[in-house]
Amino acid sequence: MIVKEYPRLGEKVFRQRLKNGLEVIVVSKPRHAKQYAFFATRYGGMDLRFQVNGVWQDTPAGIAHYLEHKMFDTEEGNALQELAKNGASENAFTSCSMTAYYLTCTEKFYENLRILLSFVSVPYFTQESVEKEQGIIAQEIRMVEDDPDWRVYANLMECLYQESPVRFPVAGTVESIRQITPQTLYDCHRAFYTPSNMVLVCVGDVDPERVAAEAEAILPGEAGEAVARDYGGQEGRTPAQRERWETMEVSMPMFLAGFKCLPQEQGEARLRQSITGAMACDVLFGESSPLYTRLYEEGAINGSLGGNLDQVPGAAYLFVGGDAKDPAYVTGEIVRQAERLAREGIGEAFYQQIRRSAYGSMIRGLNSFEGIAIGMTNGRFGGYDYYRFPEVFDAITKADVEAFLRENVTGDCAALSAIRPGA
Amino acid sequence: MTRQMLMDNVYLTHIPSDKFKTSYFSAQMAAPLRAGTAGRNALLVNVLGRGTARLPDMAALGRELDMLYGARLGPQLRRMGENQVFGFTASCVEDRFLPPGEALLEKTAELMGDMFCAPALQEGRLRRDYADSERANLIDEIHSIVNDKRVYAARRLLEEMCAGEPYAVRLLGSAEDMERITLEELDAHYRSMLPQGRLELFYCGSAPEERVAGAFAGAFARLPREGLLEPAPTTRRPVRPEPLVVTEEMDVSQGKLGMGFRTQCPDVPANLMLDAMFGGTSTSKLFLNVREKLSLCYYAGSSYHRLKGLVTVSSGIECGNYDRAVAEITAQLEALKAGDWEDWELQGARSSLLNSLRSIEDSAGALEDFIMGQTISGAGDTIEGLMKDISSVTGEQIQAAAQALELDTIYFLKGKEA
Repeated sequence: MIVKEYPRLGEKVFRQRLKNGLEVIVVSKPRHAKQYAFFATRYGGMDLRFQVNGVWQDTPAGIAHYLEHKMFDTEEGNALQELAKNGASENAFTSCSMTAYYLTCTEKFYENLRILLSFVSVPYFTQESVEKEQGIIAQEIRMVEDDPDWRVYANLMECLYQESPVRFPVAGTVESIRQITPQTLYDCHRAFYTPSNMVLVCVGDVDPERVAAEAEAILPGEAGEAVARDYGGQEGRTPAQRERWETMEVSMPMFLAGFKCLPQEQGEARLRQSITGAMACDVLFGESSPLYTRLYEEGAINGSLGGNLDQVPGAAYLFVGGDAKDPAYVTGEIVRQAERLAREGIGEAFYQQIRRSAYGSMIRGLNSFEGIAIGMTNGRFGGYDYYRFPEVFDAITKADVEAFLRENVTGDCAALSAIRPGA
Repeated sequence: MTRQMLMDNVYLTHIPSDKFKTSYFSAQMAAPLRAGTAGRNALLVNVLGRGTARLPDMAALGRELDMLYGARLGPQLRRMGENQVFGFTASCVEDRFLPPGEALLEKTAELMGDMFCAPALQEGRLRRDYADSERANLIDEIHSIVNDKRVYAARRLLEEMCAGEPYAVRLLGSAEDMERITLEELDAHYRSMLPQGRLELFYCGSAPEERVAGAFAGAFARLPREGLLEPAPTTRRPVRPEPLVVTEEMDVSQGKLGMGFRTQCPDVPANLMLDAMFGGTSTSKLFLNVREKLSLCYYAGSSYHRLKGLVTVSSGIECGNYDRAVAEITAQLEALKAGDWEDWELQGARSSLLNSLRSIEDSAGALEDFIMGQTISGAGDTIEGLMKDISSVTGEQIQAAAQALELDTIYFLKGKEA
């Protein structure tokens, strides 16, 4: 077990790579009643085509999310119930590149951890239970289809990408999930829920040695094979479609604009891009930026404008959105401002102000156990140590942020998705 | 934790903690939630949040917050029973994570004091341009409730169920009322609210009480103090003789079903347990039966409105399944009334409640909300006290609480083609 102190963060982290390849990370949080465990696999909505035993397999859109739902079934019943009996609250999510199962509790932590490790590593599906889930997931899909925030995002992804599977909704469609069978679920579980493809992060006042011992005892001894994945052909910088408008029952137009960025390779450069991208957003349209202030005072936007850089396997995009009376106008202003900043540079005083605020926000992020776990997991899958962010941050210069804006936030790489009100 | 009277009708709650990376501040006033004033309080706090005499616009304010290492400060508006609680919450990184010599506490407290006592003015009044733009934003926000159908349906159920009671008043008031608030009225409202509203201050962080009290006392020294506006007790009404059924149509693919029950049962811990077993957790009867067993819906849950004595059920269903869903939800409540449950259901509910109470102390924001709620409502419960009571609730108490639930109103939002 490797122990590392991070004095600038006031944090202490224990790490161990088990023999089966599982990375165990324990972030110590003394004096907290809450104990948190986060067990994630590098498998998400984008992983639709992959190679097993030399054979390429195509799977239906939405399968990773479907699998997430079905993992809670156990031969004895349902893991949720077992955990709930201990007062633990459990949940899971599937993103485009990860599926994570996590629990929060204040007692019986190791018992709960064992339940978590068991139900995620031991699949149990029947024809009947898989069919029944179709109803629940179809309802979930219908519910999000009524959600304008989801729609505006899904439409943007379809506009931005033509090759990358990031353009498919993580949950799939009512039609695509009909093709899912118990066998496809077993195949995907075998391929991706292997210890070497997973990470276990625990946060709280817990014993790191004991966490590692529990994981060692419950999970398979074999690391599992690395699975090759296909994320489609080379993706150009030009969006598949420039604009998509849709009419929904909303009170006010809303939008999400996206800029296709240059994707970053694995390693600390990825963390660096993530921080640089977030600072570029602050400079460009953050709440204290000249553009935000002007648009707000003009009444063109309300307090909902926001965005960030999103990094996914093989792709990255900067997004910005919110409510706006005239989405095309606001998007145009953002592009013009980015081009102005790229041309004229960022004012030194303003940059120093943004720097302070960006650093404070990263420190603030460590209040959230979930934020810590996701940061650690992204670091493990992305090949960097998340808690090195102060050092990475120190090395970022104004010129780096300017270069990021110049290379990534241009009209050529932009797409706009918008919802207009109407019945 | 300590609570002291800092000035006339100004109280400071201090919670020492070095668990967090940030310290948390709150300054809140409470007023009875009434249709005539709800919009004014909402508009007021948003206009005050736009700028102070020293930092008169968003750019100046934004710069100050950035320079305080990304301190957060913003207006907040909450419903607590039949009161409207409004003011500002703030948080800033604790000094020990910053370069040596930084001290953010005093500056943050000062900013909060300025928000109340020294707003940006024009010709001796609150600024007209700020009032205009915040009014427009709030009107948009009032209309935007339809964007989230789940929230909308839950709100509509309460409006129908509690029609004529303050509980039905929307936190932002109505769009029509908001439209009509003039700058003169808003300014007069500010000048009457400021001296008489009870001010609750809250701090959670590593600074000792003397330093916090000193910072707040300095920041609020200019607060005028005269008169006294106390929070209102929340009223209760008996159940309707016949349940009211309201159906609305909208362009949605998933229907939203709400069922509202009233209870006269005063046993709070038993009601909390009942709600948890009925629809409050993932081992609840609604979750396991209506969602998991029958696949009737994507979500089905219940909430206990403690101060008002209500339990509401909210569920997303296929529009054609209305009758089945109502029947199933009713059947699950009948089971609770008959004492028909397994021991693990009761124990699961108890563990879940204890877990969430214990977790409150791990979040400064949750602590503030809990303490503010207790203070404003006068309930005066402590986390430890509630935990103790919940630990000893018996099955008989829960059954009695279930039997006290009476259906008052059903609200159904359905698709146009259904």
